[in-house]
Amino acid sequence: MRMKLLLAAVAAVALSAAGAEAQSSGPVKIGVLNDMSSLYADIGGKGSVVAAEMAAEDAGPVLGQKVQIISADHQNKPDVGAAIARQWYDENGVDAITDVPTSSVALAVNEVAREKKKIALFVGPASSDLTGPKCNAYAASWVYDTYSLAHVTGGAVVKSGGNTWFFITADYAFGHALERDTADVVKAAGGTVVGDVQVPLNTADFSSYLLQAQASKAKIIGLANAGGDTINSIKQGAEFGITEGGQKFAGLLIFTSDVHSLGLKAAQGLQLTAPFYHDMNAETRAFSKRFSDRFGRPPTFDQAGVYSAVAHYLKAIKAIGTKDPDKVMAEMRKLPINDFMTKNGKLREDGRVVRDMYLFEVKKPSESKGEWDMLKLIETVPGDQAFRPLDKGDCPLVKKG
Amino acid sequence: MPDWLAHIAVAMPPTQALFGQLLIGLINGAFYAMLSLGLAVIFGMLNIINFAHGAQYMLGAFCAWFALDYLGIGYWPSLILAPIAVAAIGIALERLLLRHIYRLDHLYGLLLTFGVALIIEGVLRNYYGSSGQPYSIPRELTGARNLGFMFLPNYRAWVIFASLAVCFGTWFLIERTRLGSYLRAATENPSLVQAFGINVPRMVTLTYGFGAGLAALAGVLAAPIYQVSPLMGSDIIVVVFAVVVIGGMGSIVGAVASGFVLGVVEGLTKVFYPEASNTVIFVVMAIVLLVKPAGFFGRTV
Repeated sequence: MRMKLLLAAVAAVALSAAGAEAQSSGPVKIGVLNDMSSLYADIGGKGSVVAAEMAAEDAGPVLGQKVQIISADHQNKPDVGAAIARQWYDENGVDAITDVPTSSVALAVNEVAREKKKIALFVGPASSDLTGPKCNAYAASWVYDTYSLAHVTGGAVVKSGGNTWFFITADYAFGHALERDTADVVKAAGGTVVGDVQVPLNTADFSSYLLQAQASKAKIIGLANAGGDTINSIKQGAEFGITEGGQKFAGLLIFTSDVHSLGLKAAQGLQLTAPFYHDMNAETRAFSKRFSDRFGRPPTFDQAGVYSAVAHYLKAIKAIGTKDPDKVMAEMRKLPINDFMTKNGKLREDGRVVRDMYLFEVKKPSESKGEWDMLKLIETVPGDQAFRPLDKGDCPLVKKG
Repeated sequence: MPDWLAHIAVAMPPTQALFGQLLIGLINGAFYAMLSLGLAVIFGMLNIINFAHGAQYMLGAFCAWFALDYLGIGYWPSLILAPIAVAAIGIALERLLLRHIYRLDHLYGLLLTFGVALIIEGVLRNYYGSSGQPYSIPRELTGARNLGFMFLPNYRAWVIFASLAVCFGTWFLIERTRLGSYLRAATENPSLVQAFGINVPRMVTLTYGFGAGLAALAGVLAAPIYQVSPLMGSDIIVVVFAVVVIGGMGSIVGAVASGFVLGVVEGLTKVFYPEASNTVIFVVMAIVLLVKPAGFFGRTV
């Protein structure tokens, strides 16, 4: 018994010493925190870890040492996510946390990063509040947000005559933000929102909500949800004759993994907004080829975004030769972001990365030449039109002029 | 006026729409009934709390998908083949693992089957991801008919019909046939039944296989409605356990009746207060446990 106690004490001392050492001078360590096992696992999941590893390998040694990538499953629970973030920053010497899909978890991790003055590179979460009222000098929202989804997809749908909306909304931070931002776009264009229904996250059966949407007689059924929830809504909508009845779905956040899972027959004609599609040009194809050789399927825009964020972060550290969070954030803001998916992107002081967004349409089965040939480009929306203007987000870091 | 009351007042739908919602509730209830039926059979006869039931349901759907995608076998043959395949897996599980723990506390069976379920789910997730594979509705059942108050997809009507038939068949087999009476006797007093020359261990094995097959049948029926996904089992199993507890552990009639009733309760919650739709069943469960701890149809232990 006494021996055991002694060993435990020794181990504890050794561990804490290792932790302290890692924080000051160890290698750059990046934690990929996301949903590894549930409805968002195909969007980010292990693919995001692969993307981060590729970025680390491509960067080579940073500050003289190999970059370390670790990962964990936050199970879409804010308390679990915040606890892991705390442990990573405090004890495991993690310098930056990346991905963090599920806005409710990201908002919790955002507060931990703020408190610890450590970097968070958000790729998966969409809530525009992360760069609005909750903005944080140590965080970046890398690829998209609910504002840009609402403006690009929502704007295109309203323009083509869809002026009455009913929302089926995931009942948590992300769904609420997406519905709010889209409703703003609809109303600004003179349309009306005739109703909405708040559905618990990860619901299998949407038929009840679809009937409510059908009864509302709205022209457009806006899906303010993601992943498995979006897939089930669209699939079951076909069963209940939603489109035959003259109503249309507007999927406000759709990933290529969702389209693949639905099949083109069910998904054809849907419009979606994304910052990246694997088959856009030579550069995206080259990256996607490398990625799918390792992972077995092409990257989603979340996974591609993790590569982009990690690569830019490491580039900034190399440029200034330190991993001090304040200096790294300043350097990341200074350097333009250029990679296979980003052309002259810019990290703003509110944490928003401003980049071009693309409006796609899902191909008909007859137009597709292969399993992953799914989207055609409709429109490119420049970053300054796709994202919220800096002074409109109520971010306390932005000085009111 | 409290928030939830205001919600109800605003959400009060016209009577017609309400009929639609009731019907939807019945359809979901059909799945709950079929799944809780298998659980009740296994618990009633073997005293095993089968946490692998969700995985077996998911395997049923996956078998149907495998058969279609790799072998070109359609929906109708799958309705028979998938349950047989999953029953075979169940029998192997019973022979190799479960057999050794009958004499131990319930907890061991629960942990063992839970572990097996996690393994099956994890392996399939590793290969097929979490967002699921599409499985289309058989051609004969596509389309829908307009009932005046709602648009009823033919396939969902078929699900209710199939579920009622299966539930009645199982009840009849266990409560009204000679085989069923052996089975019930074996649960009460295995050594006496064995003394009459009946092979009790084999009967137990087959019963477990039958329960697993029922889960798989529900899985095949569910495949065209939901995505065929490794997670579909764990999403539904917790609810189904609550249904079984409410109906009374081990009671077949209780499992079926409470399955349908709770489907409707959940359906109505989705209209009046959708935010609570995935908790309402547990609220009912808590109340039932307080008022009638053995469940509505359960024997007091």
